[in-house]
Amino acid sequence: MENIVIIGNGIAGVTAARHIRKLSDKRIIIISAETDHFFSRTALMYVYMGHMKFEHIQPYEDWFWEKNRIELVRGYVTQVNPEEKKLTIDNVSSLHYDKLIIATGSKPNKFGWPGQDLHGVQGLYSKQDLDLLEVNAPNKEACKRAVIVGGGLIGIELAEMLRSRDIPVTFLVRETSFWNGVLPSGESQMINEHILEHHIDLRLGTNLKEIVSDENGRVKSVIIAETNEEIPCNLVGLTAGVTPNVDFLKDSGIELGRGVKVNRFLETNIKDIYAIGDCAEQHEAIGNRRPIEAVWYTGRMMGETLAQTICGNRIVYNPGHWFNSAKFLDIEYQTYGWVFSERRKEAHEMHFHWRHPEEKICLTVAFHQDSKQFMGINTFGIRMRHELFDRWLNEERTVDFVLEHLTDANFDPEFYKKHEADIVSKYNADFGTSIKPKKKSLKRIFQFN
Amino acid sequence: MNHKTHSQSMALTGQPPKNITRNQKFATLVGMFGLAVMLLAAFNVSFHNKTLWLTISLSALFSGILWFSWEAYSQKLPGIKNDGVWFKSISNKGFWGWIAGIALTGFYIVLYFYPEYLGLASKGANKGVIALFDPLSKALSGNPASQWFVYGTLYTVAILAFGVKFLWKYRHNRYERLRTFSVMLFQTAFAFIIPELMARLNGDKLLNGGSLPYYDLKNVWPLNYYNFEGYRIKGFLSSGDIGFALLVFGILSIFVITPILTYKYGKRWYCSWVCGCGGLAETAGDSFRQLSDKSVKAWRIERWVVHSVVVFVTLMTTAVIYSYLGTDTSKYWLTKSTFLIGVASLLTLVFGWVMLFKREQLQKDAQYGAIGYFVIIMALIGFHFFSGEGHVFLFKSETLRKSYSFLIGSIFSGVIGTGFYPIFGNRVWCRFGCPMAAMLGFQQRLFSRFRITTNGGQCISCGNCSTYCEMGIDVRAYAQKGENIVRSSCVGCGICSAVCPRGVLKLENGPQKGRIDSNQVLLGNDVDLMDLVNQK
Repeated sequence: MENIVIIGNGIAGVTAARHIRKLSDKRIIIISAETDHFFSRTALMYVYMGHMKFEHIQPYEDWFWEKNRIELVRGYVTQVNPEEKKLTIDNVSSLHYDKLIIATGSKPNKFGWPGQDLHGVQGLYSKQDLDLLEVNAPNKEACKRAVIVGGGLIGIELAEMLRSRDIPVTFLVRETSFWNGVLPSGESQMINEHILEHHIDLRLGTNLKEIVSDENGRVKSVIIAETNEEIPCNLVGLTAGVTPNVDFLKDSGIELGRGVKVNRFLETNIKDIYAIGDCAEQHEAIGNRRPIEAVWYTGRMMGETLAQTICGNRIVYNPGHWFNSAKFLDIEYQTYGWVFSERRKEAHEMHFHWRHPEEKICLTVAFHQDSKQFMGINTFGIRMRHELFDRWLNEERTVDFVLEHLTDANFDPEFYKKHEADIVSKYNADFGTSIKPKKKSLKRIFQFN
Repeated sequence: MNHKTHSQSMALTGQPPKNITRNQKFATLVGMFGLAVMLLAAFNVSFHNKTLWLTISLSALFSGILWFSWEAYSQKLPGIKNDGVWFKSISNKGFWGWIAGIALTGFYIVLYFYPEYLGLASKGANKGVIALFDPLSKALSGNPASQWFVYGTLYTVAILAFGVKFLWKYRHNRYERLRTFSVMLFQTAFAFIIPELMARLNGDKLLNGGSLPYYDLKNVWPLNYYNFEGYRIKGFLSSGDIGFALLVFGILSIFVITPILTYKYGKRWYCSWVCGCGGLAETAGDSFRQLSDKSVKAWRIERWVVHSVVVFVTLMTTAVIYSYLGTDTSKYWLTKSTFLIGVASLLTLVFGWVMLFKREQLQKDAQYGAIGYFVIIMALIGFHFFSGEGHVFLFKSETLRKSYSFLIGSIFSGVIGTGFYPIFGNRVWCRFGCPMAAMLGFQQRLFSRFRITTNGGQCISCGNCSTYCEMGIDVRAYAQKGENIVRSSCVGCGICSAVCPRGVLKLENGPQKGRIDSNQVLLGNDVDLMDLVNQK
């Protein structure tokens, strides 16, 4: 019986394991140094905030693994030996594999800041990071101020977490507006405002110079590069992105770039070794995607795909239309297709932007200047139906069609105020069209006759 | 300088802020003062101006709750307010949770079994806390209060005050707001004021001098399992056209109104928009929704227990109606035999329809259970025809009625169902005990347009939906498979959708075809792969 070993029990590795089990009777072993059981990494924040206990963010009950004959090993893989098809765990025991799946995820970036390894300086990625945060910032008495470095998704989550315990937060963002490498300016601006509403000390266009130590090797303060201002603090959160967690593979002969290099079949340069999830790096980026995609959904999709290959149906990793979601404090964000920021977008990408006059609700629709083909949508504070946008992107609909049928795509709870009329009238005013929004039709949504 | 700060308690979670503010302490004091007045009254401290003291007591209670909630939410932006839920001992089964549970349970035991401690007098004027409520009762119905009037008033105050709290907490969510307005209205008008006012009609010529039984119009059999007991039927039939209309309404609500609404909207139209038990659970019980057990084991127990209650109430009601019907067709068309034949045919019809058309949607144990229970009921009904002794179901109908009323009506729905809110969560009764919920759920699962739609591949398995499901449904188990949630127990409270940080869940009514739509490979991946794996 073939022995499948998976390093890493995150969403990519666990999805691969589940699908391999559905398709085959192979022996499956998952090795993790982090936790005994799979948990939802994106939900770690809610444990610190007291919305859930750690057990709640584990999607499967503990009996699930034995019932599905997925063996769990707790340990850190220190070495991979492809010639003998062997792994060393914690420098001691060794384990044979027939096929090896590397799904070791990421680790927080550190850019060589002075003081970045002091006590009280940490990232937020793993269960260990969460436990550490309980030590470094248990409450506002022990942590009188926290400084967060890096204005991305994890940074704003960490800020929300700390604010839930009334800990004052200073948020250093290198960019001139929050996440504006990804978000168009109107959206980015709205999030800036929302961050301030939450009493977070947002410092835009601000870089970290150094982290200062006290006499015990603990963080005492940070110094801002631009102004040399010293901000006293007890915690520094480093949230300037993540990097594949692949150091343990350095001498293994597996080709590495920033991550584990894989082809479209998620195969590495060595036969029977694969890599999926955050740690995998495509030789060439797929479409508009990045070569390394550290996203929950892509990890899952790679797992779904690789299971087929492992079980005899060799298949390329071929993700469909891009989608993603996040939540910025109280504002939910969804995206379908591609909407690029001013920094990244090409000349032919036109944007239509609408923002609610009072509430923190807005959206941006991207379309091709000449063909008017719909390219993507970002929504803030409005939920949208994934299936419909996926369909419209497949059918290469025009932006006019999308706006005309926008009500169909609305996924807000029942009785919510509808904004389609306002949105479309703004579009008409901006682009000189005379579109009338259609009424919601269950027939169109669910495609029945 | 501060290496002791985190390790003092040895607690894994440090010392997160869970203290209430100073104003909240005052608010608690105000509310407690309202309760203390009632407690003193219960110990027969005599308040001379009862109207005044009742007003003071209820106002203190009401404003204490409101003030506390205002302090909790008014300074915060609209959005989900679950910070620290698992750090507070009242909401994480800690010390205060147990204290509250024991106090509530004690109250229910006294209420149901020892009302004399509340001041109920078998002869003469009320005493104690019941007497304190006399002025209000007299103003409404013209009669002195009973323990049930005291309970009804407090129940209504709880739904209204905690309803306002809920409205503030979810002020960004119109579904939650409308639903809460609805339960507040139904409780105040239909459960509390209208029946009291209706009592004023008793003896009036409008009712031909008859007197109506206390009738909460929104309470449908089998939740009001007593609705067809002999004394109530007599009451209805002796009260002229109005009485007759009410009886017909009671029957129509079971066989016509309920099935139509449940088909169109799912059982939520009742359980989280109208029902009084649901109303209390959603308002006063909201702080405890995360305590429901989500394990597969709990689900298995739930299915057996709640459906057994359905069988029990069906048998009991049949036996009770049977007991007062005659045998002579010339006197009245409905006799013992025709009634039993009617019941048997109806059950056969439902059973046959499910087994013929919906069997593949039932789990194995549900099929065995259905067959087993069907055989038992039929055998018991058959007993009447074979024994010829005027007995049905081996037991006396009175024994059945009394045991149901004690076990289910008092212990389950009251003592356990509400008293244990802080321990088992706020919907224990609705989930494990309510036969009405089970029957609506049965229809919701098999014949309704309602579902919770999962939004393509957007689920991140975070678990907020499952954690905050008061009915103990593991919502995430479905959402992370891209499967819609079609569960008989779902009361449609909408909280899973509200707490979802990624906009994955939407309660909606749509075509029955493709209502469940399970996917192993989720939307967003390779289209060919999705087709290959998701073929159904």
